Amino acid sequence: MIGWLTQHRDALSLALRRLTATPVNTLLSLLAIGIALALPAGGQMLVANALHLAAGSAPAPQISLFMALDAPRAAADAIGAKLQKHPGVKTARFVPREDTLARMRSSEGLGDVIDILPKNPFPDAFVIDPKDDAPAAMEALARELNQLPRVEHVQLDSAWVRRLDALLKLGRTGVALLAVLLGVGLIAITFNTIRLQVLTQRAEIEVSRLLGATDAYIRRPFYYFGVMQGLLGGAAAWIIVWLATLWLAGPVGELAQLYSIDFALAPLAAGDSLLLLALAAGLGWLGAMLSLRQYVDGS
Amino acid sequence: MIQFQHVSKRYPPGINALSDIDFEIGDGEFAIIGGHSGAGKSTLLKLIAAIERPSSGVVLVNGQNVGALKRAAIPYLRRNLGLVFQDQKLLFDRSVFENAMLPLSIAGFPPREAGKRVRAALDKVGLLEREKAMPIALSGGEQQRLAIARAVVNRPNLLLADEPTAHLDADTATEVAQIFRDFHQVGVAVVIATYDGASFAGARQIVLAHGTMTSS
Repeated sequence: MIGWLTQHRDALSLALRRLTATPVNTLLSLLAIGIALALPAGGQMLVANALHLAAGSAPAPQISLFMALDAPRAAADAIGAKLQKHPGVKTARFVPREDTLARMRSSEGLGDVIDILPKNPFPDAFVIDPKDDAPAAMEALARELNQLPRVEHVQLDSAWVRRLDALLKLGRTGVALLAVLLGVGLIAITFNTIRLQVLTQRAEIEVSRLLGATDAYIRRPFYYFGVMQGLLGGAAAWIIVWLATLWLAGPVGELAQLYSIDFALAPLAAGDSLLLLALAAGLGWLGAMLSLRQYVDGS
Repeated sequence: MIQFQHVSKRYPPGINALSDIDFEIGDGEFAIIGGHSGAGKSTLLKLIAAIERPSSGVVLVNGQNVGALKRAAIPYLRRNLGLVFQDQKLLFDRSVFENAMLPLSIAGFPPREAGKRVRAALDKVGLLEREKAMPIALSGGEQQRLAIARAVVNRPNLLLADEPTAHLDADTATEVAQIFRDFHQVGVAVVIATYDGASFAGARQIVLAHGTMTSS
């Protein structure tokens, strides 16, 4: 057990020594890995923030129902009564056209425009919360309501939420795709650095074999090398993303203020950070394994 | 300790490095493999250490048929041998101490015990004062002595050396030969491939010529 621990400690310190023996090469490799991983990690950070923003500001999906302009109040009352009884409707709020006019008049810049209009341009309206807010159910309900007498137009307020949802899904897929591509890139980088390591350590590998080293003993420092290079590259990626977050936080904050949204750009979440480091280490290990299979085994 | 039974080694394309070699070396014996350059001395040592496998015949080391060993078993055979190579095979990016330490690290020795053994081995070959030096700073004779220290640090019962006195001046060669004699004195079997029989006077001689034994 102590011997086993000692061998691992020796392999680790040998890997560290090899990493620091060629500092320029190591730094360039770490930078390459860092930048490669920063792209999907940064993408994940942006998507996570967008999801947070969407969840925070998207209201429950609603349906707006507008009466025809010349519909009498009685027609609106009839529709209101029907809506109250409709099984698909949770609540329906009546918005009289006078109220809409008053609200619009009080809003900045619109008052003067509305004053010169000859008559109230707004129809009576209902704002409806559906019982089932699944997109398909809401669409069916909207179509049904559109058939009611004197109803001019029914609008699904959830359309933009769904567009945002689709967009975020696309963003997530993009991040996953980037992660896969650049993960393969990381494996390739590790494969090549380990290959070079093996070539420069030829003498040491040969001597160790002659002195009774097992395959595991020979491979161990290279595995540590690959894992550490991956891990440090992952840390470099994390730092790049963190710096980008700091850099973007100011402009994003200003933008959010302009839209009067309470939002601050969050750095990579703890779970995502751990995942990034674990993946980077794992891919480094994989690259080392592939390289060793090619250049050490059976030699 | 070592038994060769009708051992032949052919290299492609049909070069007979060794043919029908048959001898036995007992525990604690001191033997030298003599013969001209290219007679098959190095090949014979490589067969003992399972660096090469015989084309036919059986090589037994401590009762083990080393020619038939599985790849995974070879490291454990070598840990029980002390090997001194013709080109020494020192690692020039490691200190004298670390070079001598290598077999113990490979065998997974606890570091404290290993350090003691390394110093003992370096002391035996007279290199204790140079433990922090890099091999490049050593003279030819010192490098050879370091190679011997590395070979014996595991305390093997069999020490194999390939031309350990080549490229050394006469005085240094005598010193190095004395070190091997000292190990033989304490019961280690020593097998040395050398054309320099004079430095190892008194040892049993196995002489090869063109891959066949002429005397033993």
